[in-house]
Amino acid sequence: MTAEGLVLAEEETAMTAPEPVALGRGRIVLRRFLRRKLAVTGLVILVLMFALAFIGPYLTSWNYKDQDYNNFLTGPSATHWFGTTQIGSDVYAQTMRGLQKSLIIGLLAAVLSTGLAGIVGATAGYFGGWTDRVLMWFVDLLLVLPSFLILAITSPLFHGRTWLLFVILLAAFNWMVTARMVRGLARSLREREFVTAAEVMGVHPLRIITRHLLPNMASLLIIDATLNVGGTIIAETSLSYFGFGVQPPDVSLGTIIADGTDSALNYPWLFYPAGILLILTVMAVAFVGDGLRDAMDDAAGTAASTSTSGGAA
Amino acid sequence: MGAFLLRRIVNYLVLITLATCLGYLLAASSLSPREYFAQRQPPPPVASVNATLNQLNLNDKTPLEDRFAHWAKGVVTGDLGKTIDDTSVSAEMGRRMGVTLRLVLFGTISGALVGVALGFVSAIRQYRPSDHTITFLSFLVLSTPVFLLAVLLKIGTVKINQAAGTTLLPYTNETTAGLTGGWFRHLVDRGQHLVVPTLSLMLGQAALFSRYQRSAMLDVLGADYIRTARATGMRRGPALVKHGLRTALIPMATLFAYQMGMLLTGVTFTEKIFGWHGMGEWFVDSIGRQDVNAVAAMVLFTAVLILIAGLLSDIAHALLDPRVRD
Repeated sequence: MTAEGLVLAEEETAMTAPEPVALGRGRIVLRRFLRRKLAVTGLVILVLMFALAFIGPYLTSWNYKDQDYNNFLTGPSATHWFGTTQIGSDVYAQTMRGLQKSLIIGLLAAVLSTGLAGIVGATAGYFGGWTDRVLMWFVDLLLVLPSFLILAITSPLFHGRTWLLFVILLAAFNWMVTARMVRGLARSLREREFVTAAEVMGVHPLRIITRHLLPNMASLLIIDATLNVGGTIIAETSLSYFGFGVQPPDVSLGTIIADGTDSALNYPWLFYPAGILLILTVMAVAFVGDGLRDAMDDAAGTAASTSTSGGAA
Repeated sequence: MGAFLLRRIVNYLVLITLATCLGYLLAASSLSPREYFAQRQPPPPVASVNATLNQLNLNDKTPLEDRFAHWAKGVVTGDLGKTIDDTSVSAEMGRRMGVTLRLVLFGTISGALVGVALGFVSAIRQYRPSDHTITFLSFLVLSTPVFLLAVLLKIGTVKINQAAGTTLLPYTNETTAGLTGGWFRHLVDRGQHLVVPTLSLMLGQAALFSRYQRSAMLDVLGADYIRTARATGMRRGPALVKHGLRTALIPMATLFAYQMGMLLTGVTFTEKIFGWHGMGEWFVDSIGRQDVNAVAAMVLFTAVLILIAGLLSDIAHALLDPRVRD
């Protein structure tokens, strides 16, 4: 920077200094987030994906269930943008439908799973003692059994039922690692003055958990829910790949990739659109989650360092 | 340290038992072996289906607790029951276990080593192009589900083989069928077949480890003891490796235990896609065949492996961090 630039910069700071703007926490987080290029790119991609998933199906006259009996296994063309499958389905319409399904399932399951983790973890951490031991034992047990195995084994139970049941099961076996983190945090929050104060005033334990513990972990839970979206999308597509997840005639990115696997070499249009969309989506989620973590962690850090000056460790 | 390990082992044994029982109960209540037989053409008479189901301990008319008790009694004596096609589960498991273990072993070891090395390089060259490249690539790999990665690797291998004009890297099955030659020829052949499937497991591992190793190493870089070591005249490289890496490796021991479940999930896809006849392939096929006992065997196998990984990580933790031992 030149001397002139330095002076200018100094003048700028001097000019803004007289009226310090008190920014809310939300604004600080937003500013920090927007400064991260990768995170913003991720967010843009994610918004585009959602737009594509919900507007995309209306851009073509083909429905994902339709079959074009004049075009079997034809490459991308003006009528079929991503080509057609062995039975004449439009790959574009299927991919859009699959993207929609995968996004909705991933989002719902991630939010449910984080919510469950928050409740179980906070309960275990706050009450301690036997509640804690039993809940953590359960967490240990489920960590030994990979959720993929449990979901694959129980998949016959939700065949022919609503896909929402699949979402619930996906969430039901995905919350354990977060629950442990939440528990640790709840144990340290339990010792803070505001919790003691609430206890002394006779506030019901459940109310303490929902009104005092969980809001204080909001940033952890938000970050976790975001990162979980990527994880649940991977879990859903993996299960669907083997036919344990989304059931035909409905499609997800996983079933489309599974159908295209064997012909990927000779008929690449069956495979690549869904594959690329899947990778892009999960990666965008990871970038957004990472950006949120950086933005929120700093904000949380400064808030904590000012408020815990006299508090118990 | 002995008491510490003993306590862990007892804890693990209880968890394995519970996990396997839970696995059996889930499988027995959600799968329907009766359907498997009823779907046969021509449909067999109900009486003979019942007789077969009874003989295999798979009859859904028998109360679940009785079936469970029968199965559990067998497991205690080392008999895992019968598959739905009336063969021994234990024998089949013995045949398939080695296949999966080979993949898991090579996948974890190479993945962890490469990941730790990449994370180390990434951390000491923070914000340089090499760090950015490693970070981006690891994000890319972590965002790619194993099934997609495996299929992409398969396509890539086909392209390489086409370019080379010969089968440089085989990508299906464990060995070349009808191969002649000495034991060395067979060993090389098995090694060649191992490369691509192992890669499909190893890349994810390496990406995961490199992320964690990078942040652990960054925490350590500014530590006082590194400065002290440098002050004694130690050069930067040896100081970072001897004092920095050792401390930064401690969290990796925990990660090693946690990722085992993920790896065992991944191995299912690798085996299915590359045509390896291991436990993962058996598991997926068994669910399609409504084969309760085979599914339970996979649960047992998985739980044991995850807990062995947990035990190994406990040992590594104790070796690296003396405070844990007491």
